[in-house]
Amino acid sequence: MTDSAGTATGASETEATATESAVDAIGQQDEVNHPSSKVMRFGLDMPLKLDGGTELAPWQIAYETYGSLNEEKTNAILICHALTGDQYVASTSPVTGKPGWWEMMVGPGKPVDTDRFFVICANVLGGCMGTTGPASTSPATGEPYGLTMPVVTIGDMVRSQAKLVEALGIETLFAVVGGSMGGMQVLQWAAAYPEKVFAAVPIATAPRHSSQNIAFHEVGRQAVMADPDWLNGDYERHGKRPTKGLAVARMAAHITYMSDMSLHNKFGRNLQNRSEITFGFDADFQIESYLRHQGMTFVDRFDANSYLYVTRAMDYFDLAAQHGGKLANAFLHTKTRFCVVSFTTDWLFPTSESKAVVQALNAAAANVSFVEIDSDRGHDAFLLNEPEMFATVSGFLNSAAEARGLNA
Amino acid sequence: MNKHVPNTIRGDHRLISDLITKPGARVLDIGCANGDLLDHLIRSHNIDGRGVELSQAGVNKCVARGLSVVQGDADLDLSAYPDDGFDYAILSQTLQATKDPKQVMQELLRIGKKVVVSFPNFGHWRNRMQLLTKGRMPVTDYLPYTWYDTPNIHFCTIRDFVELSKEVDAEVLKAQALNAKGEPIGFNAPWWVWNLIGDQAVFLLKRK
Repeated sequence: MTDSAGTATGASETEATATESAVDAIGQQDEVNHPSSKVMRFGLDMPLKLDGGTELAPWQIAYETYGSLNEEKTNAILICHALTGDQYVASTSPVTGKPGWWEMMVGPGKPVDTDRFFVICANVLGGCMGTTGPASTSPATGEPYGLTMPVVTIGDMVRSQAKLVEALGIETLFAVVGGSMGGMQVLQWAAAYPEKVFAAVPIATAPRHSSQNIAFHEVGRQAVMADPDWLNGDYERHGKRPTKGLAVARMAAHITYMSDMSLHNKFGRNLQNRSEITFGFDADFQIESYLRHQGMTFVDRFDANSYLYVTRAMDYFDLAAQHGGKLANAFLHTKTRFCVVSFTTDWLFPTSESKAVVQALNAAAANVSFVEIDSDRGHDAFLLNEPEMFATVSGFLNSAAEARGLNA
Repeated sequence: MNKHVPNTIRGDHRLISDLITKPGARVLDIGCANGDLLDHLIRSHNIDGRGVELSQAGVNKCVARGLSVVQGDADLDLSAYPDDGFDYAILSQTLQATKDPKQVMQELLRIGKKVVVSFPNFGHWRNRMQLLTKGRMPVTDYLPYTWYDTPNIHFCTIRDFVELSKEVDAEVLKAQALNAKGEPIGFNAPWWVWNLIGDQAVFLLKRK
């Protein structure tokens, strides 16, 4: 908070002033440095300690809020987003114009009910939607950080969120909820700040990134770095963007978000706008066309370097390793209530990973619920219409709210 | 771990509820089905209750009604729980559906300071009569499955259970046979009598 006390109450400090610097050459809002959302700025006097041993200062965290904070400040829920998500969990993205990425879960009358709870969602550290990341302007050079940005971890992301929550004057979060990489943050929150998390809902996630998942991420990063326009991460300064590499990375990743069955049901071997194969390398099959489309639209909204940083953060995540190799130690004496959710066909974050969390929580005598939801839609299921998931989260949050005395 | 004996749930739940004498006790209900017993114990005894349930439908119902329940298998998942983690470990109408009842009993006695087990009594005279007269595996209101599609793979009689308790070094603190209506049989009788007329039984045990 550069302006010290003035912005400590900075929940209302929206970046509304579209100064010249906030708008780029083609008249678009500069979402990286001056996001359309709320943003909390921390000055040189408030550096963020990073797991890599360095400090980041100044730094900023972009966030959105929904609903209102009660007088006792006991009804705040933090939503943690996944790899390529953003703070617009329940409102229109200023970049894509699309609805919030979890509007079925978060909103008035939804399981995370914004009529009852004050919902906060922040862009992750290393992201490209307004929180400090490799695309942000480095105060030292006036140019984008690029690869001079220190590598960040899930722990760093959570530490930055804790600073935000503190700056908003909230002592204890009623709940922290998230899926995939968001679920990693939920676990990290519960382990690092047990007294600040009343309830935790890690969905479709794991206590560590598996070798297979690191492998997929490495393929994606190599695709980005193999793009001649990547320029060792310095593309922005040369007016270029490694869109081809990033699109390939997204295509490969997208396959891991779906199940064999969902691909089969959605596309099968259907041909794309043609009745016969063409004996060429055009997108003959619908699945090819679909993946190309996914890749192409992704590059319009995501920064390539940011993709490297955020995937790396997931790779480095290993909660047990942070606690002497024993996962149960991460949750010793925890009073947090947990609701762990997995999906049957999720092979990226399979049920066995969630079960490892549940067993560790049981060994730590923690209060835990665990539901495996039958779905044929793979990892992506957590973002989709899964009524069982909604019933679970809503039932869990309701009983936790009762325990916290929020049901007045 | 659904309860496999319809119409008798309330009777054995009532009895189990009477056995939980410590208010605010930490209770683990293994095979908690849709959470009726847990919910009842939380409301009546203010227990700190947890459940384990095999069926997804059961777990989802429990969590949606606000209970702390995890999906798990009594045969596989009890080893993750710490010694003496609970004041009471309850196994109601589930023992007969486990693969290794003896090991499950040993785990229960390790996890719970006290253990409550309820099970259908295969030694009931009606079962004996069916086997004697028809020469077929008994199918009754209480044991409605045919032999080839039953989830109940390890039936025992009350006397068998008493023997198992000895074998796993458990002390029987209380035992009660229930009649067809799920009501306690109101007189003390030797095991062989209960073994003939009890439709089900509830035991309270602890490690010796």
